Amino acid sequence: MAPLPLALPFAALEVGQHLYWQLGNYKIHGQVFLSSWVVIGALLAVVVVGTRRLERDPKGVQNLLEFLWDYLRDIAREYIGEKAYRDWLPFIGTLFLFIFVSNWGGALIPWKLIHLPSGELGAPTADINTTIALALLVSLAYFYAGLSRKGFRYFEYYVEPTPIMLPFKIVEDFTKPLSLSFRLFGNILADELVVAVLAFLVPLVVPLPVMFLGLFTSAIQALIFATLAAYYIGEAVHEEHH
Amino acid sequence: MTSWLLLAEAGATAGSPEGGLFDLDATLPLMALQVVLLTFILNTLFFRPVGKAVEDREGYIATSRTQAKEKIAQSVRLEADLKEQLKGARLEAQKVILEAEQDSDRLYREAMAVAQADAMASRESARSKIDVQRADALSLLEADADRLADLIVDRLLPAS
Repeated sequence: MAPLPLALPFAALEVGQHLYWQLGNYKIHGQVFLSSWVVIGALLAVVVVGTRRLERDPKGVQNLLEFLWDYLRDIAREYIGEKAYRDWLPFIGTLFLFIFVSNWGGALIPWKLIHLPSGELGAPTADINTTIALALLVSLAYFYAGLSRKGFRYFEYYVEPTPIMLPFKIVEDFTKPLSLSFRLFGNILADELVVAVLAFLVPLVVPLPVMFLGLFTSAIQALIFATLAAYYIGEAVHEEHH
Repeated sequence: MTSWLLLAEAGATAGSPEGGLFDLDATLPLMALQVVLLTFILNTLFFRPVGKAVEDREGYIATSRTQAKEKIAQSVRLEADLKEQLKGARLEAQKVILEAEQDSDRLYREAMAVAQADAMASRESARSKIDVQRADALSLLEADADRLADLIVDRLLPAS
């Protein structure tokens, strides 16, 4: 970081700093991948432990997994519809789980104890690349869902109920991933920054309510992202009844 | 807050040609790939097995429920059947009891009539026997009396 006029306080806050890994001609943000691997590892560990022996009378982690499965199925079924939700449940569920565990992991895991040469570890969802990747996946998903289910009749959606809607619907295709990615990115980054700034100003007690609020927003953001993704896919596969 | 971010942004961009909050690079496609892979892994490890477990259980519960309902219906039907049978049996028993009572009554009356007739007959025969004997005795007595009277008359008359 360039020397700042207030170098001392900002030493604790590194915004926009990344741990660059060179991959051929491309650069990637190492800290995002490191924390995302932790997140994915945690998810897979819970899933593997919970599904090792599935029983009709669920015990222990299986209960948690079944609760999650039920919760995600309800989201997918409510927004995608009875007919198509089975195909998209894994996608919606993975989005929710990945974002949720990323957000909470960013808030709960003491990343700061691990020192990186540059940048710092945090929620993978606090990086714009991750959220744009997720949002673009959602866009691809709903296009694919609509085209695979309805073929070219999918584009009727753009002129329904009237052709006047055409430009708005086209603009929507761009605003959907934009709003999805920036909402998630902004919320998580802002939450991390607020906590960091407060913790820097008053290290004890005062950041706690904000941390709890952060946990709350993190969960809400994961839910919003998954719900919107499900809603967009549901919109794409929805059959108009004439 | 904003100024800090701007400062950070400015610092990052000023310090080096790369960095910043909106630094898009190969992280994006790789992360997308990673999430897609995670989707497939979670599908095989989590969504399919857990979904199967939950739906199997739902099916099991549904079938047990219908079986239980069938059993309840069956038992209700059986109960009605048995009640019907019980009612029939009760009626039958009452009929049998009534018949038996009537039978015994009839037998009693018959036996009574026979016995009364017997008794009457034997009384009659006894009375007639008594009458005959009385008549015999009376005639004997009369003869004796006559004889005594004659004797008395005979004894008295010669003496006078």
